Amino acid sequence: MDRKIKLYLPLILLPVWTVLYTGLASIANALIYTLAGLTRGTHFTESAWFFVYEVPKVLLLLVLIVFIVGIVRSYFSPERAREILGGKKLFTGNILASLLGVVTPFCSCSAIPLFLGFVESGIPLGVTFSFLIAAPMINEVALVLLFGLFGWKTALLYMSTGLIIAMFSGYVIGRLKLERYVESWVYEIKAGRLQPNGEKTPFEDRISAGIDAVKEIVGKVWIYIVLGIAVGAGIHGYVPENFLAGLMGKSAWWSVPVAVILGIPMYSNAAGIIPVIQALLEKGASLGTALAFMMSVIGLSLPEVIILKKVLKVQLIAVFIGVVGTGIIIVGYLFNLIY
Amino acid sequence: MISVKILGTGCKRCNNLETQVRELVKRNAIEAEVEKVSDIRQMIGYGIIATPGLVINEKVKSTGIIPKDDVILQWLKESKNE
Repeated sequence: MDRKIKLYLPLILLPVWTVLYTGLASIANALIYTLAGLTRGTHFTESAWFFVYEVPKVLLLLVLIVFIVGIVRSYFSPERAREILGGKKLFTGNILASLLGVVTPFCSCSAIPLFLGFVESGIPLGVTFSFLIAAPMINEVALVLLFGLFGWKTALLYMSTGLIIAMFSGYVIGRLKLERYVESWVYEIKAGRLQPNGEKTPFEDRISAGIDAVKEIVGKVWIYIVLGIAVGAGIHGYVPENFLAGLMGKSAWWSVPVAVILGIPMYSNAAGIIPVIQALLEKGASLGTALAFMMSVIGLSLPEVIILKKVLKVQLIAVFIGVVGTGIIIVGYLFNLIY
Repeated sequence: MISVKILGTGCKRCNNLETQVRELVKRNAIEAEVEKVSDIRQMIGYGIIATPGLVINEKVKSTGIIPKDDVILQWLKESKNE
């Protein structure tokens, strides 16, 4: 595609996006009641309408946000984060690292090289952990789904409490002085330094980065979203109201820790888990419990622990899970208290 | 002979880049030796902390991204005369 055209493409597509997004309810009504001729009020109609409305809504939001985030991310890189964090002390370093963890492009398969690169350049262990906790837990897919399905307040609360957990967990790990539980070969490694190529990236390339991000991320998660919303739609239409209140409601004090513990071995991306959580909430599960479950599933995952096992001894992994898990439990209770 | 190294720990993106580079080299009949490096120590040695990394004639060309075909081709052509 011609480079200049790429620059204007988003400007042309934005009005189309807006018209589609604002017209979603009417489109769903037309499809369900007029075209398919379903009767209002039945379980099946409820489920079908939910599905036909939510799937395009979430996908549209996802395309827009992933595109914008893709452009923002093109200004950051793990190498850049390492440069910024170099020489930072605990606390300020933890705050910065958590924030950078959110905006820096990061894939959990890069966790080991990133860990080595950070530690080798003298970034404190606790600061490195803040980055590694924030990066997977707060991601654009999770935020879009929370925003789309629960509203901006919940999305904002998730983001801010997630950041606080990353900052404090990293800080606590740093204060505990656990360096001896890092595999010893890590400290013997000698890292090279990349020479910045000094070329200025033209804005067209950043637009391209946004488009690539949409292709890659939306291409990967759309199926989970459709399946997740399908399950959600089923629960929405068929499971009775307040069905889960006793099990996952506020009155069940033990539900938060149980949700977190259940979440650790479970591995799912945000896309698959959130629509299910929405349905759970609707049937009486409390927000704190549901969010704690979600944070645990995304932020504390078994595959990541297995990857980290290459560079960390078991004791440090246990502390990591313990500290982050405790943070999530506190956030869970806090949400249950507020709402 | 150009030396091309793809550094990655075996994730999907790294394998994608390897396939892409091998294909480019073959299709354009470029004399290059393409090698996949999954040793983390070597990776860190180049200063790469985001995978996949692309190293041409021992120079790090990209990290953490999958560059476009024409960009990689440009790098390969530039490296031919070194």
